[in-house]
Formats: sequence, structure tokens, C-alpha cells
Amino acid sequence: MPTINVNGRDHAFEGNPEMPLLWFLRDVAGLTGTKFGCGMALCGACTIHLDGVATRACVTPVAAALTAKVTTIEGLSVDGDHPVQQAWKELNVAQCGYCQAGQIMQAASLLKQKPKPSDADIDATMAGNLCRCGTYTRIRAAIHLAVVKTGGAA
Amino acid sequence: MSADGQIPVKPLDVPIANESRRAFLFGLGAGALVLAVGLPAPRALAQEAKKYGGDGMPGGLKDDPRTFIAIDADGTVTILNHRAEMGQGVRTSVPMIVADELEADFSRVRVRQAPGDQETYGNQNTDGSRSIRHAFAPLRRAGAAARQMLEAAAAAAWAVPASEVRAVNHELVHAKSGKRAGFGAFAEAAAKLPVPEAATLRLKAAKDFRYIGKDGRALVDNDDIVTGKATFGIDVRLDGMLYAVVARPPVYGGRVRTHDAKAALAVPGVVKVVPLDGAPIPSAFLPLGGIAIIAENTWAAIEARRKLAIEWDDGPNAGYDSAAYRATLETAVRAPGKLVRDAGDTYAALERAPNKIAAEYYIPHIAHAPMEAPVATVRITDGACEAWASVQAPEAARTLLAELLKLPKEKVTIHQTLLGGGFGRKSKPDFIGEAALLSKAVDGKPVKVTWTREDDIVNDYFHTVALERIEAGADAKGKPVAWLHRTAAPSIGSLFGPDTKHQRAGELGQGLTDLGFFGVPNLRIENPEAAAHTRIGWFRSVYNIPHAFATQCAVAELAHAAGRDPKDMLLDLIGSPRQVDPSTLAEASNYGEDPKVHTVDTARLRGVVDAVAKASRWGRTLPKGRGLGIAAHRSFATYTAAVVEVEVAADGTLRIPRVDIAIDCGLQINPERVRSQMEGSVIQGISLALLGEIRFAKGRAVQTNFHDYTLTRIDGAPAEIHVHAVNATDASLPLGGVGEPGLPPVPPALLNAIFAATGKRIRTLPVRDQLRGG
Ligand code: FES
Ligand code: FES
Repeated sequence: MPTINVNGRDHAFEGNPEMPLLWFLRDVAGLTGTKFGCGMALCGACTIHLDGVATRACVTPVAAALTAKVTTIEGLSVDGDHPVQQAWKELNVAQCGYCQAGQIMQAASLLKQKPKPSDADIDATMAGNLCRCGTYTRIRAAIHLAVVKTGGAA
Repeated sequence: MSADGQIPVKPLDVPIANESRRAFLFGLGAGALVLAVGLPAPRALAQEAKKYGGDGMPGGLKDDPRTFIAIDADGTVTILNHRAEMGQGVRTSVPMIVADELEADFSRVRVRQAPGDQETYGNQNTDGSRSIRHAFAPLRRAGAAARQMLEAAAAAAWAVPASEVRAVNHELVHAKSGKRAGFGAFAEAAAKLPVPEAATLRLKAAKDFRYIGKDGRALVDNDDIVTGKATFGIDVRLDGMLYAVVARPPVYGGRVRTHDAKAALAVPGVVKVVPLDGAPIPSAFLPLGGIAIIAENTWAAIEARRKLAIEWDDGPNAGYDSAAYRATLETAVRAPGKLVRDAGDTYAALERAPNKIAAEYYIPHIAHAPMEAPVATVRITDGACEAWASVQAPEAARTLLAELLKLPKEKVTIHQTLLGGGFGRKSKPDFIGEAALLSKAVDGKPVKVTWTREDDIVNDYFHTVALERIEAGADAKGKPVAWLHRTAAPSIGSLFGPDTKHQRAGELGQGLTDLGFFGVPNLRIENPEAAAHTRIGWFRSVYNIPHAFATQCAVAELAHAAGRDPKDMLLDLIGSPRQVDPSTLAEASNYGEDPKVHTVDTARLRGVVDAVAKASRWGRTLPKGRGLGIAAHRSFATYTAAVVEVEVAADGTLRIPRVDIAIDCGLQINPERVRSQMEGSVIQGISLALLGEIRFAKGRAVQTNFHDYTLTRIDGAPAEIHVHAVNATDASLPLGGVGEPGLPPVPPALLNAIFAATGKRIRTLPVRDQLRGG
């Protein structure tokens, strides 16, 4: 039986391999941290890591995840202490919080690729993640703070 | 699944009733029992007098400590939050208030979410920027009463006068004897004492507040939000739950003529196809009807819905067309309409004025588009129904479900989850009604109805469309002498009453009939007719959006016509400091507040203008292509003013280097969340001004998802937002709202800034590409 590795754990999958990974995670695996916002790769609410790279789960078929490692917000860190998560808490970034799992996964992926992003880098990479509550200025600040928390730089 | 077979929601959100194994000493929920004497809210005693504020809301205010506070034997304090959390921070602010008066150590406080039960908790309708404005006083009383009960219990045990025992930071202290003990030690005894009379409560002096008014409080849900554990409506999971989506009529008032579900039923995982009756016009909170697919997972339901063949009868709104409707509104505002406020002789004064303007402003429909679209889960067992939903109005949901399922209201339980944004959309429980009907269709099994983004945008309760015409005049010295405003916009009343053609008093009272312009001697406001052709609903700050947009743009236009500075013109229009009872100006709803207490206070309106002008260094010289715009507004008994700075490149590309916004809502309970609400309002205001539009053609919303219903993204957000608090520690002022008042001044300040930068006056929202091509 095909399996999908999510946050280090194998999940069996018997259904239609065209099912978007988002719905597998939420409805089948019961991992509801990854959110549904648009279903068309327009909002970033469903952002997960596929082999460490930010990916929109709503347009990624389960088939594409069979050979990859999937990380969701639930698996980003053991104790919720990833520098991005810490920074998000310290600056009270969230309003309703619904978009924030996607924002955090996108930001963590950005910092992996660019450990010291400028505001322009942040805007370019985070522009795929909508926040209807309008937390953008705090997201920018929190990403800079996460850089500091990572230790290497300021 | 959790141990009790319920949803794996975080303990914070588990309904209180499930907590029987914990020995709560102030029995949470006991308020529903006969012994609930409660504390009569002061004004509730005056039976005959008109009730205002929270007392005037259905269900009123409750302040029984036994309803809102529980203390464990180990001293853990549990505070019930009875309002919907949708990003405004109420789950953090409510416990700040109660814990402060209780003298609790905040690190030992937990928050629990109340179910929808207006009789027990008082009004829970979370909109109108009311939560803290209304609940501050009763929650303080609840906290203080519990504190005094603990003090009395300790005094009795120690055989000392109660007046000598004080609660200090989660302990009871008798200074003379040096005795001290934690709250837990006396919780049980305290719970058996009578609740003190309101008159005997010792509320704290403002200087003694530990949490109220203190900045930097961390959100109680931070840990859950950043780890993905927070439970929103869409995250509810029940044993044996089925998943549904609904194909709804694309036109308001439409119905299914015929449908063929063969192909849909063939999709693996589909359980049932259920036709739902269409809603009559006006539909109020009723589900819109259509064809529902129930399946084993959301994706199967969505896939099957694609395969439905449906022929619609579009009904009477089939011809709704935005371009044609705009022309209808233009015709309406070019002739006199129903007079709703009048001072002086405006027509004659306009005639004589040497400097004048006549301008028409168009504000299109917009969709709420909360990041979490509507979702609800319902289960029916043994003649009782339980719903889990992200809903702003749990009592309205309860009433609707009782009606649809023909159950007594007591048999309907609404569990509040976190809301992934609300903005007014989730004040309407139609989506919960759908889940109830579908659960009934599968013998009460739990059914979760998910709205896709397309559903959310196409079948929203749209923010009204509006055409606002203003004619204004200034004398030879540039002093304002005449102001005529005609407003035409379909009313939200059209949801509930057929043939509603005029805005209701509460809608006109959002920035027009209560407009704080007393420096202009001739002022006239008229309301020509406008019929609704789709569902119109509350959107954050509601009619303040079109009213403030037109008014505050016209201020700058009149200033320009008279060769004056826009801020000076604004202050002239406001006039000298005074407090005006809005009920003397027109039929006023004043956001439900006492017009003699929550006056239109022009000193406060001037105050936010001055604050924001100073902070933004209004009047400074800017490089070419840059400009500043200003606007101010009173809404929800709060005063706000914004200055937006824009930079417009030669090709029309717009950037917003900085926004300053000042707010005077009186005492700020949770300054950190006030700031974040202002930041959010600024960005939402920019988004709707620059991008937001739903157009209708053939009765249908043209936009469907975020590719064509575009919203401001991080790359369009201001580089800096500065929030300025005015009168934030003045506890003598009547409290104002916070969730909505930040929005109205932002679009006009932005458009005024664009004019300052480019000389181009844009009167049709959204701006979109109107700056391109010179
Ligand atoms: S849900 Fe995947 S990008 Fe919006
Ligand atoms: S915090 Fe609400 S959508 Fe981003």
C-alpha cells in the first residue's frame, strides 16, 4: 500500500492519488493545521514543505508526495520553538491566526534559502500568502526578528 | 478523538458542560440555575427608561461571577469568554479585565469559550465593535464580586474582619496577623457565599490596574496558532463525520429548475445528493438552497459537485448588472431625496457660494472573504442538535437551527470555535443552517459543510454598493458655508423586509446624520431610493465606508476649490469644540449608545486630527510624485483620523511609504490589540480602496476567487504603519469601539494623498489601473 511520510510518520493511503495533499492531510490524516483558503494556489494558507521547500498543498496531488517528505505546521518544530514561531509569538503577529500556519511555513522556507532577507526579499517571497486581517507589517518585522533569533545575523 | 469521543479541539475550546470531572468551585454555568441572583446592571432597574449599550441588546448584560469565573482547588482560575474571537483579541482582553478585578496572577488564568447561550451569558452577538465597549463594566463587576467573596471566605476562616483581608496577586492576605493563603484554599468556601450586591462592590481605581491598559500582553492563543493546534470552524472533526459542499443558486432568489446528479453520484466517496429548497426573497439568514453533495471527504464532495448538471431558474434578480445599476444610482442622486437631516438653507447658500464643488463618488460591492470561508458542522441526536461553527452570532444560529429543525431552542447547542476572520460575514448563520438540514438528511450524522472560496465570494452577503453625491460651497475667504450630501445605497434592511428602498436610521447614522460638521451653517442630507438586487450584509464598519469616503474626499476637494489646506478645511467644517447629542440632529441610533453620554464630541474629533497631523508632520514638503492625504471620522463612538503618504511613479505604480492613524476610543483596555486592529484596518482599507470590487452581470457576481477578487498582499502593504493613541488612559470618557473605526478614514485619506501626489482626483473605487496612462 502506498504511504505518505508526514512529519516523520508514514501514513497509508488507499484513495485516489489525484486527491490534493491538502485534503489528505486535513480529512484523512487529521492534520488540520494546514488550512484551506482558495484551492487554486492563490493564497498560501495551505503552505507545507515538500522535501523542505514551501509548496501549496491544495494543488499538489497526493501522488506527488509519495516519494517526498512532507512537513506541516504540526511538524515544523518539536515544541513550537522554531525561530519563526518564536518571533511570531513575541510580536503577536496573529490576528485571527487562520493564515498564519501558511505564513510561518513560507517564512521558514524563505529563511532556509536566504538567511538574511531584506524587506524586498520578504515582500517577493511572502506575496503569495494572503492575510485578510492585515498582519503584513508585523510579518516583515517577525521575519527580521527570526533572523536574530537564529543567531547568525541581525 | 479525545477521551469523551468529541472533537479533538484544544481544551480551551471544549464546551464547559464536558468538564464535569473537574471540581470547579465557582460552578461555571451555574448562572443558569434558579439561584442565579446575579447583579442587576444599573440601568436594568429602570424598567420604563430606554435601554442603551449592552443593556439594550437582546439578552442584555450578565455579571454573575459564578457564570464567568471558576477557581480550582489548586488555584487555577478559569475565565469564560462569551464573545467570538476573530482576530480582535477578545479572548485575551476579556480575561485581562476579569483577572484584574479578581487580583489574579495572569499566568494562572485559563480561558474557556462559552457556548452560545444568551440567557446565561448575556448578548453574544460579536459585531458592531461592541465586545469590550459593552462587557467592560459587567466583567469588572464579576471579577470584583469574586474577589470580595474570596476575601470574605478567608476572613471567616481566620476569624478576622472581612475588611482586613485583601486579595493580592492570587493570594488572600491578612496583614495584621501575617496570614496568607492562595485563592485555591478558599475557593470552595467562597463559592457558597452570596454574591455581593452591586452597591457593595469595591472596583479598582484606574491607577491600581494590573492588566487593564497595560501594553504588550501576549495573545492567549499564540502557542496554538503558531503550532497549527488552534481549532477554527473548518478544523472540527467528529466520529463518523461526513463532508458536504452545496451548489447554490448563483442569483439571489434563484432556484433549481432541474438537475441531474448521475455523474456526481458516480464519484467515489459520494454518499448522497440532497436537493435543498431555495430561499424566498428577502432571505434573511435562511440557507440559499441548491443541490448538496455529501461525501466521505471534502475533495470527493467538490469533485462531485463539478459533475452536477443544474438548470437554474434565476428569478427576479436575473438582470442585476453593476454598470446599469450605477446609472440608476446616479439618476437617483441627481434629484432631491428623502430629507434626513437639515440645518439652515443649504440650497440657497450653495447658490450664493463663490467657491463650490459637486462631486459623485462610487463605492462598489465588496465581498468579505475572510481567510476561513464559512464552515459549520452539525450533528443531531435524540432530538437535540449540536453545531460547531465559527460564528459571530451564536444566538441567531440557535434560533435559525431551532426553526429549521423544528426543535425547541433549548435543544440546540452552538459551540464556538475560533473564527478565521469574520468582518461581519459570520454574523449571518445561513451556512450553519445548511449543515443542520444536511445532518437531518443523513439521520442526524455529523455533517461538515465547507464553503469553497468561490462559494464564499459568489454567494456572500455583499457590502452595499453606494453612490454618494456632495455639493459644497465656501465663501470668498474659503470658509465652508454649505454642505449637501445625497446618499443612495441599498439597505441591509432589504434582507429582512421586502421593498426596502431607504437606508435605515442606523445606517444613515453611520457618519451622515451624526456627521460632526458643525462649523458649516447650512447642511442638508438626503437619501434617495435604492433597491437591493442581491444579499446585502454588514461588512466591517458598514455604511461608514461609503459615507466617510465621500465626505472626507469632498473636504479635500472643497479645500482645493477654495485654495486652502485640506486639514484646515476639515477643522473648519468640524467647528469649535462642543458635545452634541446626535438625537437632536436626526433620528439617531448612535450605535445603540445613550446619545447624552456618547455624544458627538468635536473636541475629540479635532483631537485625533491634530494628533495625526502632528505625528505625520502634516504640511512637510515632499519630493515630486509624493503626497499626503488626511481624513477623520467618528464611528462606533470612537474617533479616528488617518494620514496616508503615497508615492506614485510616472507609470502610475503606487507605493505607500507610511500611514499614521490616531484613535480615541477612550480608555484602551488592551493597547496591544488596539494597535493591531488599527494596523489591520489600515491594510483592509487600502485593499478595498485600491482593489476591492465585486461586479454583477446577469444577476451573478463576476469575481470568483483571489485571482479576480484581488486583495492587498504584503508587497502592497505600507512600509510603515504608526498608531497614535489619544485619551487612551482617560477612564472618564465613555468607551468606544475598536474593531471597526480604524477603517473608514483610510480609503479617503489614501485617495486624497493620490490627489496631492498627482493632481488626479479619483471618485470611483477601486483605484485599480486608474492611475496608469497619466
Ligand atoms: S488554499 Fe492553497 S494556496 Fe490557497
Ligand atoms: S491573521 Fe487573519 S487572515 Fe491572517
